[in-house]
This record gives sequence, C-alpha cells and structure tokens, in this order.
Amino acid sequence: MPKEKKSFLQVFVNGLITENPTFTLMLGMCPTLAITTAASNGIGMGLATTFVLVCSNLFISLLRKVIPDKVRIPAFIVVIASFVTILEMMLKAFLPDLSASLGMYIPLIVVNCIIFARAEAFAFKNGPVLSLADGLGMGLGFTGAITILSAIRELFGAGTIFGVQIMPAAYQPMGIMLNVPGGFVTLGLLLALVNVIKNLAAKKSAAKKEELA
Amino acid sequence: MNTYLTILVGSLLVNNFVMNKFLGICPFLGVSKKFDTALGMGMAVTFVMTLASFVAWIVEHFLLVPFNLMYMRTIAFILVIAVLVQVVEMALKKMSPSLYQSLGVYLPLITTNCAVLGVAILNSDQAYNLLESTLNGCCAALGFTLAMVLFACIRERLSLSKMPKWMDGFPGALITAGLMAVAFAGFGGLIK
Repeated sequence: MPKEKKSFLQVFVNGLITENPTFTLMLGMCPTLAITTAASNGIGMGLATTFVLVCSNLFISLLRKVIPDKVRIPAFIVVIASFVTILEMMLKAFLPDLSASLGMYIPLIVVNCIIFARAEAFAFKNGPVLSLADGLGMGLGFTGAITILSAIRELFGAGTIFGVQIMPAAYQPMGIMLNVPGGFVTLGLLLALVNVIKNLAAKKSAAKKEELA
Repeated sequence: MNTYLTILVGSLLVNNFVMNKFLGICPFLGVSKKFDTALGMGMAVTFVMTLASFVAWIVEHFLLVPFNLMYMRTIAFILVIAVLVQVVEMALKKMSPSLYQSLGVYLPLITTNCAVLGVAILNSDQAYNLLESTLNGCCAALGFTLAMVLFACIRERLSLSKMPKWMDGFPGALITAGLMAVAFAGFGGLIK
C-alpha cells in the first residue's frame, strides 16, 4: 500500500477502469461467462454483485480492527454470504424474472472472487470511505464489462440488444454465441482488443516521454 | 443403477462443470499453465468437492430441513466448504510441501471456487440422495480435473509456439478454451 492518501475519486476510477476486475485482474470469470447471454442479465448480475461488493467492503472495513488476522477468511465469507442471502431474498420478492433467469448464479455470488479479493486486498487494509469507493468502482467496472460482453453475445446470438431488434430481420442468429464456446471466444477477443488498446496507449506515452527528453 | 450411470457420464462429460456450466473458471484459467500444478489442483479440488457434497447433504437434511432453516443454505454450505479447505490445507502442508508451495495462493481460493459451492447447491436443487450427491460431487470434480489437465497440456504446447503479442496470455487461452468447449459439446448426445 502506498503511503500517500488516495482520494475517493482516484480509488473509484482505479476500480472502474485502471484495474477493471474483468479485463485486467481476470477475476469473477464464472458469472462473466455464464450469465452473459442477454444484456439484461448482464446488467442485473452486475448490479447485484455491486450491491454485495459495496456492502461487504464497507462492513469488512468497519470490522477490520475487530477481526483477528487468522480467522479473517471465514469472517469475510460469513459477511459476504449474509449479504448474498439478503440479496437472494430481495430478488425473489421484487424481481422474480431476473431471479429465475440468473438461477443458481445468485447464491454463487458468494464465491465471486472479485468480492473476496477486494475484501482481502483492499477493505481489510483501508478505511470505510475508501473501501466504499473501491466497492463502487470495482462493482461498476464489473457491471460495465459484463454488460458489454453480454450485449455483444446477444447481438450476434439473437440479433437483439436488451430485447430490441437491432440486426435486420433477415439476419440468421448465430446460436453458438449464446452457447459455451461463444462465451469463451467472445471474452478472448475482447481481451485481445483491450490488449491492443493498452499497447497503443503505452507506445504513445513512451513516445511522448521521448519527445520531452 | 441407471441414475448412477447417468450422473457419472452426465457430470463427468456432458455437463462438464468447466465446459458446460462455467463453474470453476478462475482456477481453470489461473493454475493451468503447467501440467503438474493442474493435476495437483484437480486432485485437491476433487477431494474437497467429494467431501463437501457429502457433508453438505448431511447438513442440509439433518440441520437445515428439520429446523426450517433452508434460507440459510448458502451460508451453511460455504462454511462447510471453508472448514474443509482449511483441513486440506493443513494436511497438504504436512504431507506434500512441494505441492503446497506450487498451489500457493490458489489453495485457500478453493473455498471461493464456484465449482465446490455450485455442486452443493446443484445437489440440493436436484434433491439427490446421499449416495447420488457424493457421486455427483466426485464425478463433477473429476470432470473439472479432466478439463483442466487437457487444457494445461494444450497450454504447455501453446507457450512454445509463436503467438501474436496481443493474443498472448489470456486471450489465447480463452479462445483455446472455447475450442475445447466445442469439442466437449460433442458429448451432448450421450444422455438425455
């Protein structure tokens, strides 16, 4: 941890873009691949995860001086699992459709490594305000990433985005995009694209430095 | 007998956790660079998953159902798994320090391997009995190991070949996994 104080915004942007959990940290891959067959699922899952992430980050940060180091992992899990249970009940009560389409992946938010990793790497070492920012940034970064992924898969797999017809009526949907291989390949190509952009950006900043020197 | 065979083939190949259900992707991508680590991780997961299915069934049927606590299912299961992983970690540290070293950070992460919690939840959703649950846990884990070992072999070869820079690492690995998933989809017709 660097000594200097980070601002709320810095931490937020760090989670949202710089250390985007999906594209750079490669965390939380299971829901990323499993439920991204429709854009609405992607955004629903993303927001559900964000809710749990923000709550758990906040609580773990508040409890970080009380929890002994040795039992921190079980403690994290209990905190996270409690919030997931709350979420599970709320979704069942208020958004039964989303709850049905996400199925067993809602209880599986407990084992989403993003939440766990942020608890361990950030919330346990930082104050509640920063942890809140981290949770929000990481959560929304995750939401953005899986919404993009699911929009692409829905577009090619069903010709729609958020259920709205985009492709012309003559378009023959590529069923494979909604299946397992489509998930892997789309994410692979997206990551490749992110790599290309990063390389370009790195080259540009290197060139700028040379110019200055 | 038929049900057991269905579970065996089903969770080993057809509904392979990695290739069909997207469970356990993190270790699948993270620890699959070398054959030995992949196999070791697979073994550790198999052990934990089999035990977890067994214990989770007992917890569900002797604790959660009688006391009407089914809404606590997620918490109860994850605690069972966390305890089991802790036990495995201590055992490995004692018995095979080299494997313990090579599994490194991924060992405590078995707790957050969604395949383990996933199998417990699936068993409970499918209302399997004790034997079926345990079998399902074991087979699903072996399926996970199979997929991971195959993937590790491919990646070992892949690392020797020249890849475009932007494809190197995860993008390439993911596309490889996608092609493997196509192959695994071929098992689809084996059971209904």
